[in-house]
Amino acid sequence: MIQVKMTVNGKEKSGEVEGRTLLASFLRDTLGLTGTHVGCDTGQCGACTVHVDGVAVKSCNMLAAEADGASVDTIEGQAAPDGTLNAIQQAFQDHHGLQCGFCTPGMVMSAAALLKDNPRPSEAEIRFHLSGNICRCTGYHNIVKAIMAASGQDVSAIAAE
Amino acid sequence: MYNFEFVKPSSIDEAVAALGEDEAQALGGGQTLIPTLKQRLARPARLVSLSGIAEMKGVGAEGGVLTIGGGTSHATVAAEAAGSYPALAALAGNIGDPAVRNRGTIGGSLANNDPSACYPAAALGSGATIVTNAREIAADDFFKGMFTTALEEGEIITAVRFPVPQAANYQKFEQPASRFALVGVFVARGGDGVRVAVTGASEEGVFRWSEAEAALASDFSTGAIEGLSVPADGMIADLHGSKAYRAHLVGVLTRRAVSAAS
Repeated sequence: MIQVKMTVNGKEKSGEVEGRTLLASFLRDTLGLTGTHVGCDTGQCGACTVHVDGVAVKSCNMLAAEADGASVDTIEGQAAPDGTLNAIQQAFQDHHGLQCGFCTPGMVMSAAALLKDNPRPSEAEIRFHLSGNICRCTGYHNIVKAIMAASGQDVSAIAAE
Repeated sequence: MYNFEFVKPSSIDEAVAALGEDEAQALGGGQTLIPTLKQRLARPARLVSLSGIAEMKGVGAEGGVLTIGGGTSHATVAAEAAGSYPALAALAGNIGDPAVRNRGTIGGSLANNDPSACYPAAALGSGATIVTNAREIAADDFFKGMFTTALEEGEIITAVRFPVPQAANYQKFEQPASRFALVGVFVARGGDGVRVAVTGASEEGVFRWSEAEAALASDFSTGAIEGLSVPADGMIADLHGSKAYRAHLVGVLTRRAVSAAS
């Protein structure tokens, strides 16, 4: 077993992992942070997207041991401690950027990574950035709209579909 | 996934030593290897992570040559090579998806030599040199067929040197589910002539289309290769495209790349 330590959502966490333990498994099974979802478990769907040292990664495609010493941010760390949603989460709610909600944690984390680098992305840039996040319910339209709204752009002209 | 011993050395020398054990396997960004391990298609006893080796990371340009550390992520190449070698940066910025680009590395991609990966086309099309812990290998001698390279057991790609051409372009016809190239063509025009490297098409992996190179050397225009085509024999056929379809795409994408690089 390997002892790992990482900062998860600002808090020091540690635990024992096997070489093969995935970061997604460590977050979910050891730390109980089940907001990170495992959809396909093949690196395709992006539901397990978290930030490691500030960049988006698929936590089902990274070993927990690789994240030793890293700073990890998950969906659980996005809202304020009192539960107030952050701008992206609120926009997903306001614009109904979800249906079943399974892909939503990954969508929010990917969107957060995008807006950090590109505070006012175009619709095309958002769709390109979400190429690794698959939603099987809503067809992306309201997700894209929510991310545009979260970046302070006027979405009133975009019809709901 | 079967279990394995995980080690994370901080220098190339330590990594080479760690790879000296039987059934040890190097781990780059893991974007191909981890899914492969999950499917139990590989069973290393020991995984040697290369992600902690600082000397294998980074992008540097000097005297018309762009040197990229073997452990450099696609996202870093996309950002840092944009000024010095835009065609390469654009290729890196369109591999997989953003999260994959944050983990996947150039060394990992080249060592794996997936027949549909983008980087092999860039390395072969640019006439790059693959630098390992033991030697330097010209791209022309490096790719040995599907998932096969000139690398010996335990040999690590520490860097890749790209001579920056006068003009270059990569055209990728994306397979939308995998985001690999159904066919991809890298065209580069430099001091030594024109190179055309094709990925995604051949059962032998990445290859140079020498007939197009010869035609383009004297006349770098789409007109020069208008009537040229590659034979469908030896092309990959799967449910995404037949041999003839891929052969057709090679011509189309080469003309698009020449047009974009002109």
